[in-house]
Amino acid sequence: MLQVSIYRYNPESDDKPYMQDFQLDTGGKDIMVLDVLEQLKAQDTTISYRRSCREGVCGSDGLNMNGKNGLACITPLSATVKNNKLVIRPLPGLPVIRDLVVDMGMFYSQYEKVQPYLQNDTPAPAIERLQSPEDRAKLDGLYECILCACCSTSCPSFWWNPDRFIGPAGLLQSYRFLADSRDTVTEERLAKLDDPFSVFRCHGIQNCVNVCPKGLNPTRAIGHIRNMLVARAT
Amino acid sequence: MVTAATSYGRSGVADWIAQRVSGIILLAYFLFIGYVLLSGVDYASWKALFAQTWVKIFSLMAVLSLAAHAWIGLWSVLTDYLTERMMGTTGNVLRLVLQVLIGITLFVYVVWTVQILWGY
Ligand code: SF4
Ligand code: SF4
Ligand code: FES
Repeated sequence: MLQVSIYRYNPESDDKPYMQDFQLDTGGKDIMVLDVLEQLKAQDTTISYRRSCREGVCGSDGLNMNGKNGLACITPLSATVKNNKLVIRPLPGLPVIRDLVVDMGMFYSQYEKVQPYLQNDTPAPAIERLQSPEDRAKLDGLYECILCACCSTSCPSFWWNPDRFIGPAGLLQSYRFLADSRDTVTEERLAKLDDPFSVFRCHGIQNCVNVCPKGLNPTRAIGHIRNMLVARAT
Repeated sequence: MVTAATSYGRSGVADWIAQRVSGIILLAYFLFIGYVLLSGVDYASWKALFAQTWVKIFSLMAVLSLAAHAWIGLWSVLTDYLTERMMGTTGNVLRLVLQVLIGITLFVYVVWTVQILWGY
């Protein structure tokens, strides 16, 4: 029997959050954490969480499992369960709406700040803006982000200043457009990042790298942005 | 809200560069002092060392670096933990009081160092 402990909070009926314990017979199978949640939801339909694709693509089921952030749908029990115990909490640092569902507003507003879209004022060519294979390769490891927020919500700097530090996810996307040869507003983008919080609150402890379910490296991207900012200033 | 008004260079890059440069100066100074101490000193040679102008200037640079480094570092710590978002207005008041205390302490250190270096 797997011992599962789930963070529960319904602001309409509970004064404060509590942990609810369940026992689950997994039949010895190495199922995903999302499967565990689905089976428990069949027992107790009030358990709330987000999920959609159940295959690591949509990024909606970022959760904290036994202390580590990840996507429940692609985290097998064998990767997280120790001593037969599984503790599931919402992503840390964001306001809880209900149970495992968090308010991602702060996360998205930081994402919005980096203007995550291509900007180019030059006249559009007849067919499309071309890019050499080398320039295209610079976007690898950046464009794959699914905005699951596992990284930013594992970052202490984001916990303390979610209103001012853009956080690893936003900065990874910021660099994705700084590095794009077709984007022409690099200078304007950099000018907006040159304050003591947006980029420089990153202290390089790499919690973000440690949890990214897509294997991306926000710390490296942040290092590139910092180098661009320093080069621009000196 | 936390603003950058009390940061060191008001810009992230300026703070970052100041932090690296002051760090390098401090490292160089401590290596220098460490080397002098390890190679054996007595009162006379120590006094003779600090009678030289370049040692005085190097020492002054080190203490100014220390002040800048401590200011930037502690400012980062305070603006992580003592903020309006975390503790309401108390956060701002507490942070400001501590920043003033830190500022006075660092200022005293700098003045005191100048006194020691050029006073004897
Ligand atoms: S960088 Fe990784 S962890 Fe962060 S939001 Fe993107 S996919 Fe999720
Ligand atoms: S490396 Fe930077 S962004 Fe990543 S967790 Fe650490 S402080 Fe946050
Ligand atoms: S449900 Fe879509 S990523 Fe897990």
